[in-house]
Amino acid sequence: MTEFGVLALQGDWAAHGAILRELGASTHPVRTAADLVRVDALVIPGGESSAMLRLMEPENLARRIRDRIVAGMAVLATCAGVILLAENIRPPQQGLAVLNVDVVRNAYGRQLHSTVAEIVLTKELGKPLRMEGVFIRAPRIVRVSSKVTVLGRWRDDPVLIRQGHILGATFHPELSADRRIHEMFMKAGEAGNG
Amino acid sequence: MDLLDSQFRVKVGLAEMLKGGVIMDVTNADQAKIAEDAGSVAVMALERVPADIRVQGGVARMSAIEKIQEIQETVSIPVMAKVRIGHIAEAQILQALEVDFIDESEVLTPADEENHIFKQPFTVPFVCGCRNLGEALRRIGEGAALIRTKGEAGSGDIVEGVRHLRAVQRGIRTLTILEDDELMTEAKELQAPFELVRWVAENGRLPVPNFAAGGIATPADAALCMMLGAESVFVGSGIFKSDDPEKRGRAIVQAVTHWQDPSRLVEVSRGLGEAMSGIDSGKLTPEEMLSRRGW
Repeated sequence: MTEFGVLALQGDWAAHGAILRELGASTHPVRTAADLVRVDALVIPGGESSAMLRLMEPENLARRIRDRIVAGMAVLATCAGVILLAENIRPPQQGLAVLNVDVVRNAYGRQLHSTVAEIVLTKELGKPLRMEGVFIRAPRIVRVSSKVTVLGRWRDDPVLIRQGHILGATFHPELSADRRIHEMFMKAGEAGNG
Repeated sequence: MDLLDSQFRVKVGLAEMLKGGVIMDVTNADQAKIAEDAGSVAVMALERVPADIRVQGGVARMSAIEKIQEIQETVSIPVMAKVRIGHIAEAQILQALEVDFIDESEVLTPADEENHIFKQPFTVPFVCGCRNLGEALRRIGEGAALIRTKGEAGSGDIVEGVRHLRAVQRGIRTLTILEDDELMTEAKELQAPFELVRWVAENGRLPVPNFAAGGIATPADAALCMMLGAESVFVGSGIFKSDDPEKRGRAIVQAVTHWQDPSRLVEVSRGLGEAMSGIDSGKLTPEEMLSRRGW
């Protein structure tokens, strides 16, 4: 059985775990290097990326997660998670640099500009081709490399992307009722473990 | 109060992202930078930390505009700021400044001794203090998207915070075992909106996140709050009134994430220097207790 981890350093990690369990997955919070070894796939949730970076310093957790992702571990990254994985971050910040995108933190503005919007999907996630997107002080993806497939857009911006076994959303699917993103992630996790 | 309204969901959404984190009180940009570097998930801008308000007295108000802006320009994490209880105009000013969260706080001198701000029409989310479940649900009824137990700010004494956390959790547990036909009477006792009482009875939790504040001075204090059901902590005087704010700030951040791991708590609690000196909140008169402000 595939063991699904949720990075539980800070942020709304509990909501991801609840959804994965509702979909039948076995889940584990990941806070230490020992926790990471036990899981086959990982959710990097929303929260504050700068705080998570600080919390990853003991045991060099960022490096360990990076190595696992490079070795093929399936990942679902939402909001702050996308920032942590991005190759280029503005304003400059450390990161895992495994996702070939450029992101700008808080590019849509402060909390006053956070919103629930409708995302337009390509056909990979099936019908309907619309999905609710909860954007909270969201990062903006301003460049994607040719390795990245855009699965969803809001206005013209890519907001849901896939690069191999990495799935990234700049919004919060864990705060909506649509389960398609978590289902897609679970399939990737199960395939990776097969 | 429509919990499913999309604007309310977006407000609560930011509170969700702050879970498992530490929100530090700061009075200027230098402190804000230290707080961000230590791993804070947000900073709270205020004119003076509660310990200084206690010593210096006088009317405590919303922070100066330039200070808030200077903090906003310095950090990338959310910036919160405090307004006096019932001070609608200060709240509108903070919303126009685009702070990320407004704390309608008992730490400042109340502007209205009877009424809290009606928070529903605001676009910016509010956090409010409480001492028990009834007070929490009244604030949520008014539109608060985040609750924090009050504790006794500026005391460095955790006893009031523990009292309030226990009271909220006990209130929630009680609701979950009552029959439907007992809930209206319980709502009357709690002086809380019936629909919210019913929601808590069905779900066994508050409809918004519940953080702790007031009197947190050590990593162990922060871990204790998490054990008692808090989902994050606000630390005020505890950081910048200690010997080594940066080190203590980092330690409290680690303690909130690893509160279930005593060996990690040993590691982070080592070599922090002196904590803030603090005062025994049991020796305060009722008038001196900030947590008694608001209802």
